[in-house]
Amino acid sequence: MTMKIMVAVKRVVDYAVKIRVKSDKSGVDTSNVKMSMNPFCEIALEEALRIKESGLASEVVAVSMGPAQCIDTLRTGLAMGADRAIHVDYSATLYPLSVAKLLKALVDVEKPGLLILGKQAIDDDCNQTGQMVAGLLNWPQGTFASKVVLDKEKKVATVDREVDGGLETLSLDLPAVITTDLRLNQPRYAKLPNIMKAKSKKIEKFTVQDLKVEIKSDLEIVQVTEPPKRKAGINVSSVDELIDKLKNEAHVI
Amino acid sequence: MAALSMLKSLRKCATHHLSNFRPSFCHHVASISRSLSTLVLAEHESGSIKASSMSAVVAAACLSEKSSISVLLAGSGSSLHEAAKRAASCHHSVSQVLVADSDKFVYPLAEPWAKLVDLIQQEHCYSHIVAASSSFGKNVLPRAAALLDVSPVTDVIEISESHLFVRPIYAGNALCTVRYTGTNPCMLTIRSTSFPVPLMSDASENEAPISQVDLSTFDEDDFSKSRFVKNTSQDTDRPDLGNARVVITGGRGLKSAENFKMIEKLAEKLGGAVGATRAAVDAGFVPNDLQVGQTGKIVAPELYIAFGVSGAIQHLAGMRDSKVIVAVNKDSDAPIFQVADYGLVGDLFTVIPELLEKLPAKH
Repeated sequence: MTMKIMVAVKRVVDYAVKIRVKSDKSGVDTSNVKMSMNPFCEIALEEALRIKESGLASEVVAVSMGPAQCIDTLRTGLAMGADRAIHVDYSATLYPLSVAKLLKALVDVEKPGLLILGKQAIDDDCNQTGQMVAGLLNWPQGTFASKVVLDKEKKVATVDREVDGGLETLSLDLPAVITTDLRLNQPRYAKLPNIMKAKSKKIEKFTVQDLKVEIKSDLEIVQVTEPPKRKAGINVSSVDELIDKLKNEAHVI
Repeated sequence: MAALSMLKSLRKCATHHLSNFRPSFCHHVASISRSLSTLVLAEHESGSIKASSMSAVVAAACLSEKSSISVLLAGSGSSLHEAAKRAASCHHSVSQVLVADSDKFVYPLAEPWAKLVDLIQQEHCYSHIVAASSSFGKNVLPRAAALLDVSPVTDVIEISESHLFVRPIYAGNALCTVRYTGTNPCMLTIRSTSFPVPLMSDASENEAPISQVDLSTFDEDDFSKSRFVKNTSQDTDRPDLGNARVVITGGRGLKSAENFKMIEKLAEKLGGAVGATRAAVDAGFVPNDLQVGQTGKIVAPELYIAFGVSGAIQHLAGMRDSKVIVAVNKDSDAPIFQVADYGLVGDLFTVIPELLEKLPAKH
């Protein structure tokens, strides 16, 4: 069975960067800031690669949407081991619903048996896209996955999910959408020979018009601000002092 | 914070008619109050509405001065019907309870739930659909929004106007004010810690009518592609991490699962819940549902004590709204000390036993 896996990856501000809100409140300052593949997307790609390496899939296609710089992220994906990449070229803001519609259009073209995404992007922290594209495709969804086991014969994915109460296990018919949680796997680093090989791998470009998707704008960012600052704290020098403060100053015990 | 001051106000005006009371987290709503109709997607357990769903009802009531709220419950059996009765009188703004009764809904799966919401919205045309930002809400609401072709706003911490919301981005290091400019329904998930449920209930004398949802248009196909297999959950006699008044968190510094027992003892002494950092969960010291952080649980207790926690951005995202933060760490440069109200540089292996010995017993 030649199953294809599609993985959506997003270029975001690196997780270790201490972000700064612009003084005009229009957004977060992303100029001259380190950008990386969203950590959850790395986990998604890693999972796809492992599934392929275990013989259960024949091809891994990485997809990213946004301005030209997305190509850097796709090159990283190709260096990790994706076979092909697709860039949907669009420079303005893309909200999850639009990303989901574009992904659906690509799924209709590529016909993968599995679509894997990170559960959320660490910039907007939305945690919506995977669920939305699953809804548009009417595919079952396994979100916040911490373990994925495929049964190729039965065309079923058994997914362990991290939920409020612990772990939940679902069985999903393929094709399905899976979104990845932190503990699903540890992504590999791209090795130098693969980085070199990646330069000759194909990155196909689509526009929004090519995919016949109407970009809806039903959200408007009014402002971006800093969260309220906490009052500076104090150091206590002993357990006795701590207990005294908690009891008589903070009144929490 | 908001919860404590609200409780104080409630005690002062015990006889004050609650429908006139505007909690501090409900901001100034436009005086041209359209009467809004909101559907709340609620979860229930053992015949009760879950606390997070009650927060969703509280949030729904914030959307406008005149709100009528329909609560949607799904499941089957006597516990569903008990929950429906409780929902019917849980808040004065609840005007209806909708019940989807089928054993296909015993485990809340996203696929049938999203279809259910789509079905109900087509019939009732709510202006808003609200769910808590719980695993359930996060899993279901966006899928339903896609079916309804609207952009949802998730993890809302403040409702400024009926279509204007504030939500955290970049692990809570920035706040984004977003306006929904689309057609009905406006769909949101809310952070329960931002919409606390008053101790004195907003319960109504009246019981809202309970109606059964017609599920005849659902077919086998809608339920067949995704199947619940099992869940492994922690014992439920610990206070729920999401609403505990006190949270004691252990980080990598605890060094072993065995050492976490000290954290548990301390939590028990203070009547609190146990939390953990990603590092502690990854190391196998505790199960995943104890993880506090950007992608784990968001908590906002009165008292948060962190032992052996360095204070990574992603962890802070989950606890920075705690009223009082205490940090105990051997490393005086640990970032956690920058958010702590009280910092104790010291060895947790001597501090915890000393605390256990000296702390007053819980009343």
